[in-house]
Amino acid sequence: MAAVHDHDVGHAHDHHPSGMMRWMMTTNHKDIGSMYLWFSFIMFLTGGVMALTIRAELFQPGIQIVQPEFFNQLTTMHGLVMVFGAIMPAFVGFANWQIPMMIGAPDMAFARMNNWSFWLLPPAALLLTASFFVPGGAPAGGWTIYPPLSVQMGMGMDMAIFALHIMGASSIMGSINIITTILNMRAPGMTLMKMPLFVWTWLITAYLLVMVMPVLAGAVTMLLTDRNFGTNFFNAAGGGDPVMFQHIFWFFGHPEVYIMILPAFGIVSEIIPTFARKPLFGYSSMVYATASIAILSCIVWAHHMFTAGMPVTGQLFFMYATMLIAIPTGVKVFNWTATMWRGSMTFETPMLFAIGFIFLFTVGGFSGVICAIVPIDIQVQDTYYVIAHFHYVLVSGALFGIFGGAYYWLPKWTGHMYDETLGKWHFWLSMFFFNLTFFVQHFLGLAGMPRRIPDYALQFADFNMISSIGAFGFGFTQLLFLYVVLKCIRGGVKAPASPWEGAKTLEWTLPSPAPYHSFETPPVVR
Amino acid sequence: MSVVQANSVVMRKLLIFTVVMFGFGFALVPFYEKICEIAGINNLLQADTLTTNTQVDTSRWVTVELDANTRGLPWQFKPLQSSLRVRPGELVQVMYEVRNNSDREVNGQAIPSYSPQLLAKHLKKLECFCFSKQVLKPNETRQMPVQFMIEPGLPIDYDTVTISYTFFELGNNAAIIDNNASRS
Repeated sequence: MAAVHDHDVGHAHDHHPSGMMRWMMTTNHKDIGSMYLWFSFIMFLTGGVMALTIRAELFQPGIQIVQPEFFNQLTTMHGLVMVFGAIMPAFVGFANWQIPMMIGAPDMAFARMNNWSFWLLPPAALLLTASFFVPGGAPAGGWTIYPPLSVQMGMGMDMAIFALHIMGASSIMGSINIITTILNMRAPGMTLMKMPLFVWTWLITAYLLVMVMPVLAGAVTMLLTDRNFGTNFFNAAGGGDPVMFQHIFWFFGHPEVYIMILPAFGIVSEIIPTFARKPLFGYSSMVYATASIAILSCIVWAHHMFTAGMPVTGQLFFMYATMLIAIPTGVKVFNWTATMWRGSMTFETPMLFAIGFIFLFTVGGFSGVICAIVPIDIQVQDTYYVIAHFHYVLVSGALFGIFGGAYYWLPKWTGHMYDETLGKWHFWLSMFFFNLTFFVQHFLGLAGMPRRIPDYALQFADFNMISSIGAFGFGFTQLLFLYVVLKCIRGGVKAPASPWEGAKTLEWTLPSPAPYHSFETPPVVR
Repeated sequence: MSVVQANSVVMRKLLIFTVVMFGFGFALVPFYEKICEIAGINNLLQADTLTTNTQVDTSRWVTVELDANTRGLPWQFKPLQSSLRVRPGELVQVMYEVRNNSDREVNGQAIPSYSPQLLAKHLKKLECFCFSKQVLKPNETRQMPVQFMIEPGLPIDYDTVTISYTFFELGNNAAIIDNNASRS
């Protein structure tokens, strides 16, 4: 196993099953990375269809397309599918592809376990989506699965609980793999403080994952035993407390939102220096800011529950702790801006997505600070203002980060340049339709339109129609992304080893496409 | 130490950490109950005590409406009077009546609810049937008292408040309530 070789050149002692079995059995980090990315894209389209059905129903006041019960299932499943099926696996896909190449390792630390962590996902996704077809339908109490609704629902809820268990196990295994790879398998000379920032953000994310995913597993296990085995953790009639579920859930849930954004911070921190042709401004402050965000994220969970009943001292503590997160986040935004300052910038598609990310994520960050203020939060709780806020941080934050990263590394993955013109179209259409969809939802929320309701009062009609038009535009724009990726895989201009002149990290020293086995002899980093 | 060995050391540590965090999720349950007890939130099964002598505020009346509900058990449950007028600071007693309409023995637990929410802070209950589970034999009827006082600290703009009880059936989980009751 010494030689670097291409995957269609057989090796005497290296078994390459062909066809489907190749993908089932593979332990190669690049194969597994690709599978993660395709899986997340399929789930992204699935969740997208649910979102468009929701927006079609909300196009006009009244009930036109779906019944309220089904509408509730759609909002719930849209959240679960996008969070656990689309965003998280996409980032694990990036981690699989990029981390070994960026730290000069031959593969992930536990290659076989890596295969298992991926192949747990499709059965979990099947279990989750199949819940639509059982009596009682899919879970319909919101993606946060609060009791008492989640205790009372039909067996679709049990299926969702098992799906969450499996996805959680997959995430934990993936994180253990990532942490071990980063800690033990860096090329000689690559100290922790020389690691690319994407690797740093993933190291911190992986620690967050092994910390909070087991807590979610515990919470849903308690739900399961409450539902089926007569325990009373959350059942008020038996002496339990539904508010306790909210505390345990958000102890997982708030770090979870940083799990979904920190890797995007990492991707943007790779893209901006490349296209500004300057090293990242304030590298070490970026690392410390990421770590502070991760630590603070563990002590702010109850800001999701200001209206659930809490002493004023509790509200004040969680309000101030939440606002404190704006400081390390501000450090990051400042550093990205300072990296661009007086740089020789060019605006290829990855850079457009990165700049779009900084701009729109900051908008979402500001509305987050607004929601953190207790008296305002009591006003906007469960309205479209909150929907607008978290779509600004998750779509124009996490998802734009994913798109930017995909365009940035596609030449390395496929060996071809993507179609720059179509890529730019993808960005500008996404940018336009995203804002069309979600900016108006701020106004709807401030005017008092509640979330998760299939009908609304007449005065909300115009903004809802605008939002629905935007949503359909945004949805169909993503098919353009699919086309660009397929076109890039099938052919195009040959990509050189380093297609971006400003790129400095290790993966660009490998030829494009990256060979099936890379860095079997570790590079030396000075 | 080879890389493989070093890797399995890290994996073992992380696996232990994962298991500990899974346990931590469950440890949050007693922790949460302890916090609630210390902060005095949610102690539904505990009688209040009057620590200071309170003056009866004779300058105003508060109308107390009494409400009774059952959830999933074959009981008839009602207050003997639907509302009364009290002076803040005055100790009063009201009676509820509950009847088991079925021919089996049923365990029930009453859970209180207050409107407005703020009342919870200013209502002191010295005695209540909701502090313990009620066991009713087939067709048994029982009258049960609630002894309470509304503190004079209740803001002046509240002139009507509601005290509501809902009876839930305790199946084979009665032990949990008993534990709660004996602990507090």
